[in-house]
Amino acid sequence: MNLKKCLAALALAVTLTGGATAAEPVKVGLVLALTGPFGAYGKQIEHGVELYLKTNGDTFGGRKVQLVIKDDSPGTAGDVSKRLAQELVVQDKVDILAGFTLTPSAFAVAPIATEAKKPMVVMNAATSAITTKSPYVIRTSMTLPQNTAPMASWAAKNGIKKVFILVADYGPGYDAEGQFKKTFEAAGGQIVGDVRAPVKNPDYGPFLERIKDSKPDAVFLFLPPGAGTIAFMKGFEERGLAKAGIKMIATGDLTDEEILDSIGDVALGMITSFHYSEAHKSPENAAYTAAYYKAYPNDRPDFMSVAGYDGMHLIAAVLNKTHGSTDADAFVAAAKGMKWVSPRGPISIDPDTRDIVQDIYIRKVEKVGGELQNVEFDHVTAVKDPGKQ
Amino acid sequence: MTGPAFGAGKLRDAPRWHPAEYAFWILPIGAYFVFPDNLALLAQIAIAALFAISLDLILGYAGIVSLGHAAFFGIGAYAAGLLAQAGWGDPILGLACATLAAAATGFITSFLVLRGADLTRLMVTLGVASMLYVSANKLTDITGGLDGLQGVEMKPVLGRFAFDLYSKTAYIYCTVVLFVMFWIARRIAHSPFGLSLQGIRQNAARMPALGTPVNARLVTVYTLGAAYAGIAGALLTQTTQFVSIDVFSFSRSAEVLLILVLGGIGSLYGAILGAIVFMTVHEYLSGIDPLYWQFWLGLLLIVVVLFARGGIMGFLRSTSKVLP
Amino acid sequence: MTVLFDGIASGLLLFLISVGLSVTLGLMNFVNLAHGAFAMLGGYVCVILLNRYGVPFLATLPIAMIVSALAGVVLERTLYRRLYGAPHLDQVLFSIGLVFMSISTANYFFGDHQQPLHLPPMLSGQFHLAGADIGAYRLFLIVVGLALAGGLQWLVAGTKFGASLRAAVDNPRIARGLGIDVDRVFVITFALGTALAALGGALGIEMLGLDPEFPITYIVYFLIVVAVGGSGNIKGSLIASLILGICDVEGKYYVPQIGAFVIYLVMVVTLIFRPQGLFGRSAAK
Repeated sequence: MNLKKCLAALALAVTLTGGATAAEPVKVGLVLALTGPFGAYGKQIEHGVELYLKTNGDTFGGRKVQLVIKDDSPGTAGDVSKRLAQELVVQDKVDILAGFTLTPSAFAVAPIATEAKKPMVVMNAATSAITTKSPYVIRTSMTLPQNTAPMASWAAKNGIKKVFILVADYGPGYDAEGQFKKTFEAAGGQIVGDVRAPVKNPDYGPFLERIKDSKPDAVFLFLPPGAGTIAFMKGFEERGLAKAGIKMIATGDLTDEEILDSIGDVALGMITSFHYSEAHKSPENAAYTAAYYKAYPNDRPDFMSVAGYDGMHLIAAVLNKTHGSTDADAFVAAAKGMKWVSPRGPISIDPDTRDIVQDIYIRKVEKVGGELQNVEFDHVTAVKDPGKQ
Repeated sequence: MTGPAFGAGKLRDAPRWHPAEYAFWILPIGAYFVFPDNLALLAQIAIAALFAISLDLILGYAGIVSLGHAAFFGIGAYAAGLLAQAGWGDPILGLACATLAAAATGFITSFLVLRGADLTRLMVTLGVASMLYVSANKLTDITGGLDGLQGVEMKPVLGRFAFDLYSKTAYIYCTVVLFVMFWIARRIAHSPFGLSLQGIRQNAARMPALGTPVNARLVTVYTLGAAYAGIAGALLTQTTQFVSIDVFSFSRSAEVLLILVLGGIGSLYGAILGAIVFMTVHEYLSGIDPLYWQFWLGLLLIVVVLFARGGIMGFLRSTSKVLP
Repeated sequence: MTVLFDGIASGLLLFLISVGLSVTLGLMNFVNLAHGAFAMLGGYVCVILLNRYGVPFLATLPIAMIVSALAGVVLERTLYRRLYGAPHLDQVLFSIGLVFMSISTANYFFGDHQQPLHLPPMLSGQFHLAGADIGAYRLFLIVVGLALAGGLQWLVAGTKFGASLRAAVDNPRIARGLGIDVDRVFVITFALGTALAALGGALGIEMLGLDPEFPITYIVYFLIVVAVGGSGNIKGSLIASLILGICDVEGKYYVPQIGAFVIYLVMVVTLIFRPQGLFGRSAAK
């Protein structure tokens, strides 16, 4: 009787003290563009993060996760992102910084992560150099070169000898152009034309005429997703480039599920390389897309939501591993080398660069069950970011 | 008669500092102690205020409507950024460099701006800012393009005060610069030069009869306005250690115009009040009602133009007996 | 040759949307930056009728024009007229406010993505003629544009209304003294201008796209046409639009590196040598 009481008291004491130290929630500060021109992107990332917490609970390593979300619209103003990150650290006292819709916001905030010693989980921004800007940056999204190189290799291996490159005249466009050229020429291909179109360009007429005149096997595109893509594809069809047998190849940014429906049937047949497709066949993805549609019936799950989902998974897994410690060095050490199966396929965090390593798929736009989908038909395993090599 | 003007009787007293002005300038000092966690926002407000003052110089005093004032803001921002990237990170040096670069750009473009009527001016200012944006984008290798300039590292102000995470140094630095530039602007506004500008704004055709070289004055004030904008831009780069082509964007030009109109044109204080109110409201409202922030802003603009033309300063003047 | 043809089509589309702005600026001396919002209105009316109610594309055009004209009349009577004598700054600010409200309203009702548009088969596709690939839709645009330019010119130069319009532009006070109802002329002209903008907006969806940001994205182009052509001038707008359309398209084909620059450069150069525009009247207010 006495022993039992003792043990019960002991158990109670342990629970109480254990509970007291574990009661401190882990605050995750999300910096996302939720309104403005890139608001749709930020919302997708937010959905992914919240979906993870909905389906896996919110307690990891004995601590509850709390989100503090800040809108850094327009997303291109690094000064705004930096100030919001400062506020998150100084006022809201967050333990982890996460989100970052576009590159400028990630670049601007990295020094804060270093100075305040906070782990920084990048859930979209895709420029290679981001992970080098702070020792605490870990990325769960992708890099543009990582998606572009496999497209170039695939093209070279599949009978495409001459390519015309058309990219939009801005940073990401240059990155895609550079990587494609590098990989394609190294594989023996020939670039017959290389043009940069203005970012805000309503009509691609003159560019399409130029492409037609140079008679390539394929045109490699990188245009701002949305308006630019639609305008180009319409013109491509209308001016008979498709009939002339020219293929359209690009990274999957252009056939993002978010905008695929508004592009419409002109996108059919387009070949892209990307790390996530809603049509990816795996039990994890089936569960993910089902849960996504249930929670957000008016949206389609896309790569940004998956990056948010996986970013949250990373945080959860690290917290479990470190038993709730959010010390930046411990966090990064625990994250390095982590492997898991995401809805997109198998992924891991490169221990040397803290960047994501994942499979890149080659897909074609097809109609599946009345809906436009990116159907995967080939893939490259465990691609590291070539931008750092 | 366009826009608000100082009452003729008060002209004599205007150069002297009114007690309300002394009271006003105590506020930034107090703010440092009352809002220690919000200094980052307050520093940005100071920068926006300086930018708005720069527009007030050309719009409120000289009547030049510009939709592209961000051109000079951007030049100053990049001047400071590139200088720091090259290893010369002293903030004051950066300010000096930015002033020169922006003033030079202002001087060169002033000749374009002076030709033609209001619409022409509007288009030229818009055109210049747009071309700078496009050029900065093309020169991504130098400017960092949309992603931003890398390696902007600032040395401590005056060799002692380093930029910190709490933005303490940033706030004090920006506020001091704002005050100094404001003081200079105020002196200029109340000088014979400033008065001749008002004359030009009200009736440019008559001024030569008084012996005023109209074009020379306009070129001077436009250059001055550009220099001020450049300093504001440099402050932004230095306090955030970041600059991207976004500094040339149309939304920056439109936003500063909005801030100035909201606060009241032609009084310098209007620029500061407008900045405080706009930035604070934007910070706290855009979280609550994000998409429709733009709708209410548009409505506010229409209401201000139709019914409250003098902005906040106009409202204060008409309701308060304290202000001149 | 194809590129030249495309440039002409592009220019005529620009003309359609901008001519209303040129006339209202020249006539009422009102800097209306919200002109693009009326074009956007026309675009959305067309898309809604086409996609939701299955109205044939060509039939949506007159409806879009009427809706926009009505909106124009209502706004003119209630808001615009208060600012007729006001400084241009006030007009700029007012119209920017209107633009913001229209963008957020469009966003609220239609979402922020591009509106899909499917042309009738008669207007799609290309055919080969005289060494150029003629796009059916662009040909249609050119025909409509030229017809309207001709019609407007006839209206202004050959009708009584046109005479009152010209009189009111030259000198409103004396025109009133002659018994011309200048107020009525203003309203009708404004309505006409917005109706044309709506037509341009609807016709332009295929080439310019349609999303809530339309007024801000394109207002610069319209203003450039007016600045280069001179305000209050139909011939000026036509020629300026053609020059800009052709230069823009040819520039992008031959020298894509400077693509976006071309129109700004043309504008600045024109304004240096002729600040009032190619055909404008000098020393305008």
